[in-house]
Amino acid sequence: MKKNILELHEVSMFYGQVKALQNITFNVREGEWLAIMGSSGSGKTTLMNIIGCLNKATHGAVFLDGEKISRLNARDLTVIRRDKIGLIFQQFHLISYLTAVENVMIAQYYHSMADEKEALAALERVGLGHRGRHLPRQLSGGEQQRLCIARALINHPRLILADEPTGNLDEANQNTVMDIFHQLHKQGSTIVVVTHSPDVAAHAQRIVYLEFGRMVKDVQNAHPHGRAGAPAEAGR
Amino acid sequence: MFFRMIFGAVTRQKQKLLMMACTMALGISLATAMLNVMLDVGDKVNQELKTYGANIMVEPRGASILSDLYGVREGVGVTDKFLIEAELPRIKTIFWAFNILDFAPYLPVQARANDSPEHVTLLGTWFSKHLDIPTGEQVDTGIINLKSWWEVQGAWLEDADESGVMAGAAFAARRGLKIGDTLSVAVMHQDGRERVAQLTVRAIYHAGDKADDGLLAPLAVVQRLSGLEGKVRRIEVSALTTPENDLARRAAQNPHSLSRHEWEIWYCTAYVSAIAYQIDEVLTDSRAKPVLQVAASEGAILQKTQLLMLLLTLLSLACSALAISNLVTANVMERSTEIGLLKALGATNGQISLVVLAEILIATLIGGALGYAAGIGLAQLIGHSVFGSAVAIKGLVIPIIAILILVVTIGGSIPAIHMLLRLRPTEVLHGR
Repeated sequence: MKKNILELHEVSMFYGQVKALQNITFNVREGEWLAIMGSSGSGKTTLMNIIGCLNKATHGAVFLDGEKISRLNARDLTVIRRDKIGLIFQQFHLISYLTAVENVMIAQYYHSMADEKEALAALERVGLGHRGRHLPRQLSGGEQQRLCIARALINHPRLILADEPTGNLDEANQNTVMDIFHQLHKQGSTIVVVTHSPDVAAHAQRIVYLEFGRMVKDVQNAHPHGRAGAPAEAGR
Repeated sequence: MFFRMIFGAVTRQKQKLLMMACTMALGISLATAMLNVMLDVGDKVNQELKTYGANIMVEPRGASILSDLYGVREGVGVTDKFLIEAELPRIKTIFWAFNILDFAPYLPVQARANDSPEHVTLLGTWFSKHLDIPTGEQVDTGIINLKSWWEVQGAWLEDADESGVMAGAAFAARRGLKIGDTLSVAVMHQDGRERVAQLTVRAIYHAGDKADDGLLAPLAVVQRLSGLEGKVRRIEVSALTTPENDLARRAAQNPHSLSRHEWEIWYCTAYVSAIAYQIDEVLTDSRAKPVLQVAASEGAILQKTQLLMLLLTLLSLACSALAISNLVTANVMERSTEIGLLKALGATNGQISLVVLAEILIATLIGGALGYAAGIGLAQLIGHSVFGSAVAIKGLVIPIIAILILVVTIGGSIPAIHMLLRLRPTEVLHGR
């Protein structure tokens, strides 16, 4: 049995009177691919921010790689995020005046030390080895998302956290990105994907459903590689 | 990587940074021009004010004491005391010789014109006397330079013209004199007999004071007619001076009350009192006195001009700081997603602030360098259009400008940096 890399116990998040998340509890095992699914306003992004050390829960405990992160200060959360999490965003968020390889190197720079060879190798892994000297605006949407993935992978994170990774992509590019996720999963990476898309969630081994800030289902996906496979319910 | 980020930002965001560079260039050009003019304005304003007369009066010591103590300006003890004409070139040998712009001796005598019983003051002086100074220097000095604001109809006399005279406007009007008329001028000689000379009116001058009621002739002519060869009654000196301060005022009252160190500072500074003291040192039995009204006015005008320049400099820098602050804030707001991303990637506030500040500093330093060059040009333009001469470029301005650039850039960036520190990645990274 693999150990839990992420554990959430009774996590709640309140913005004044608004209850964005209530009593969320689930675990993610090492090497697992989890999808957090829900419609707009369900609390997906709030949950992603807490898991990604970008925000702190109002109540409850969060453990990442065995370390309780729910009460850490902003500086310590930055260190955890830098060392253990690879973030992938729906809108890519690439630095427009840096080349593709520099966009990858910047994550290295703030982690430890920039290494151009290693950054180029990361680009190779996502099929962008030939686009290293291009600026983001010279890349297609799919290429920009792959660049974003290369940046997330460069520091060998314990957890890859993707927020609607295919939200801005056409079907062909969506498939390319999901193929990369499958490769990463096969290589043992732990992946948490936040999405509202059943097609994207269907790739995961397990799906957590949110509604109005509450976790309503936690299901094992019977056909994780299928596009429209009906998820089978599983216990927590 | 830090330098690659800065290089990327600077080369690929040229327009944004160009705007900052231009703003800084504008502010710094004005500051450079104002500072250079301010530091040089002392000499310039002094030079300008020197065209309105002398600021040091030299009289025989005895006559000066009677005049100072009892207000006696005529009679025995005053009019029978003289300075020695041959010593005048020594004035250009004092410590502050180069600050002596012009000087002219005066020998006033009472004369009768055209057998009239009415007396008129005939003033002997140098017009543009050529002097060989003991130091080897050669100068031309006299009232042509010293009284440059006088309105003169006709031509100024020459010192060698022994048959010419200049008539004051009031005297000429009263006597109906015109240029070319001949005057019979009688002066009482030291031997008790009148000497008469036929002098032709070469010019009529309007001085705007009591000199308009007299006659002006070359010093040698007046000395010969009066029998006072080699003697002068007083000397007017025009010198470039530094505005007086407490030290100078104490020294003016009694130079010997100063400590040795203070005395050296005072003596080696171009205070009007120090220059007057040095003139006393080279002329026998003389008493050189600052014309305090002129010296005080010069100081006041100079201080006000410098204050004005300083205020303009501060104003221009404040405007630059505000403009840069706006630009940097706009830049940070525009780049909030990028800054949020860097924070999400693990950059600390300090690291991000350093990157942003480095980019801004590069832009403002380039702008500042261009502004400095433009400011030098602007200073010359001001110098030529206001003072009719170039403004000296002061090396001192360069470090001041460098400090100002840093202060304005960092000061202007504080609101933006503050905003940057408060920025939370969660607020900018989720575009939904």
